[in-house]
Amino acid sequence: MAGLELLSDQGYRVDGRRAGELRKIQARMGVFSQADGSAYIEQGNTKALAVVYGPHEIRGSRSRALPDRALVNCQYSSATFSTGEHKRRPHGDRKSCEMGLQLRQTFEAAILTQLHPRSQIDIYVQVLQADGGTYAACVNAATLAVLDAGIPMRDFVCACSAGFVDGTALADLSHVEEAAGGPQLALALLPASGQIALLEMDARLHEDHLERVLEAAARAARDVHTLLDRVVRQHVREASVLLGD
Amino acid sequence: MKETPLSNCERRFLLRAIEERKRLDGRQTYDYRSIKISFGTDYGCCIVELGKTRVLGQVSCELVSPKLNRATEGILFFNLELSQMAAPAFEPGRQSDLLVKLNRLLERCLRNSKCIDTESLCVVAGEKVWQIRVDLHLLNHDGNIIDAASIAAIVALCHFRRPDVSVQGDEVTLYTPEERDPVPLSIHHMPICVSFAFFQQGTFLLVDPSEREERVMDGLLVIAVNKHREICTIQSSGGIMLLNEQVLRCSKIAGVKVAEITELIQKALENDQKVRKEGGKFGFAESIAKQRITAFKMEEAPVDTSDVEEKAEEILAEAEPPPDIVSKPVLWTPGTAQIGEGVENSWGDLEDSEKEDEDEGGDDEAIIFKGVRMDVGVEVSNTGSQEAPIVLSDSEEEETIILEPDKNPKKIRTQTISAKQETAPSKTATKKRKKKRTAN
Repeated sequence: MAGLELLSDQGYRVDGRRAGELRKIQARMGVFSQADGSAYIEQGNTKALAVVYGPHEIRGSRSRALPDRALVNCQYSSATFSTGEHKRRPHGDRKSCEMGLQLRQTFEAAILTQLHPRSQIDIYVQVLQADGGTYAACVNAATLAVLDAGIPMRDFVCACSAGFVDGTALADLSHVEEAAGGPQLALALLPASGQIALLEMDARLHEDHLERVLEAAARAARDVHTLLDRVVRQHVREASVLLGD
Repeated sequence: MKETPLSNCERRFLLRAIEERKRLDGRQTYDYRSIKISFGTDYGCCIVELGKTRVLGQVSCELVSPKLNRATEGILFFNLELSQMAAPAFEPGRQSDLLVKLNRLLERCLRNSKCIDTESLCVVAGEKVWQIRVDLHLLNHDGNIIDAASIAAIVALCHFRRPDVSVQGDEVTLYTPEERDPVPLSIHHMPICVSFAFFQQGTFLLVDPSEREERVMDGLLVIAVNKHREICTIQSSGGIMLLNEQVLRCSKIAGVKVAEITELIQKALENDQKVRKEGGKFGFAESIAKQRITAFKMEEAPVDTSDVEEKAEEILAEAEPPPDIVSKPVLWTPGTAQIGEGVENSWGDLEDSEKEDEDEGGDDEAIIFKGVRMDVGVEVSNTGSQEAPIVLSDSEEEETIILEPDKNPKKIRTQTISAKQETAPSKTATKKRKKKRTAN
């Protein structure tokens, strides 16, 4: 892929987007009837499903119960057909464990766990097709699922990835751009206060450019927030129509 | 075994100290603990000590067939083990979360940043490449495992020499270390992780948290930087919410710190290189003699004792002579006698001397204080004995009334600290009592 130009002279990326443009996001809440909350999101070609059970009694060892707040348990699994090569282990390998830990960290900060002491909230995320920005898609899907379950949160948690090529910061990387090996930043943000719930970066980026990339990711996350907000309101409107409001 | 929980007072103490910008070991907010690097006899073996945290790193290599989608690149494999000798809480089944986190962070820091040229590890494209395996073992856990581990990994990689290989047409010759000197790996840059611990919802931050500080922290931010000020990895963990400015400030601090650490690493590598070339002795066995590897040496801090004599004389001059207590036995009822009122209870002195400390603005000579206090106590007791009889109470739980030199409240004696002057009279008292009983 040596000849692949990630950013052309006119400022177009491989898939025709501009530097700060997001891929098309389509989302739907309440896709499963069994779960307390569920959501499905498509960010370009990346497809993720999230399911939330809870708050319910702690399963397994009672000793893990926290006396003043709820336990958040996240599991990430990516389907074996999600990437170009057939993956043998959908979950249990180190990368999935790490993703699960990071999701848990993100949502422990955002969910008002003090309202549900000694209980457990389970968040299961499944990636059906991974075309770059899997962490961001998982977080966005999980946010919608938690909202669908009616669990109170401080704010939306919106995530987006960002990169840096030829002196320009790119937002919402696709798989091709990630595989090229440049710096990649994943950011989970609470849009109202601008607080960062999780920040993760790979590959070399000079210190001076960090601010620009952070800015690009934050702006993209805010754009995601507007879209998710619209989805939630649409869903509530549909539900209230069905109830005959 | 389960980790002993941190007591609430310890937690409060640590947090209060951090609010006042003080750390338990006296460091400043941005100070690292002392870093010591020692090498073993083999190439690629090193021990890094960050304060008391110790990590052993060992690099080994092997010829394997490459991955299918990367036929011309070598394979790097990192493994960090938390052995049980590091902390009793690290049991084989219990450590998964921390272990996954640390391993993934190390992998991302060292592999994704392309610090090692993997193309140079290729021997025959598609068939044989070098697999470099870095094993890190945590030997002692005193906080900040990730920094120590990243330093150990990069130092071990820089120190390592792989066997030389030559390819002629279809023939591949692997030379043993005796035939040809082993060849170092080609390392582009040295990424080093710097950890920032956040407290009180992000208001205070500390660099290089020790184990106690890690227990009370809200969250951790790890930034891996190399000496060219390129950020290789950022990872935030824990439940903290960060702001942009905090992240940018931390990255600048990390840049400064990494420059210092990289210098130290270069020096250590050069020293070892020199020793090996000159044919001197090297390896961990040498460090034993210098008490570095096995002994848990406490750092000796020099204490200034030049003016100790003068200070001692000053103290003696200003202190009052010890009070003479004159024993006057008083008989209350048959069978009950009292001699003196004993020395003033000095348990109450702790509160009093603190108060006086605040009033007088902190005098360093505590010994003088005690002398003063005891004198006042004795005076009052003397005046007290001239007035109404003092009640001797057997109860040990009654409070002492705080003594003010101006007022003379009625003092209730609780426990008396036996002074030497007292034991003699009390013995005579008992003797006298016995005599009186026998007389009666």
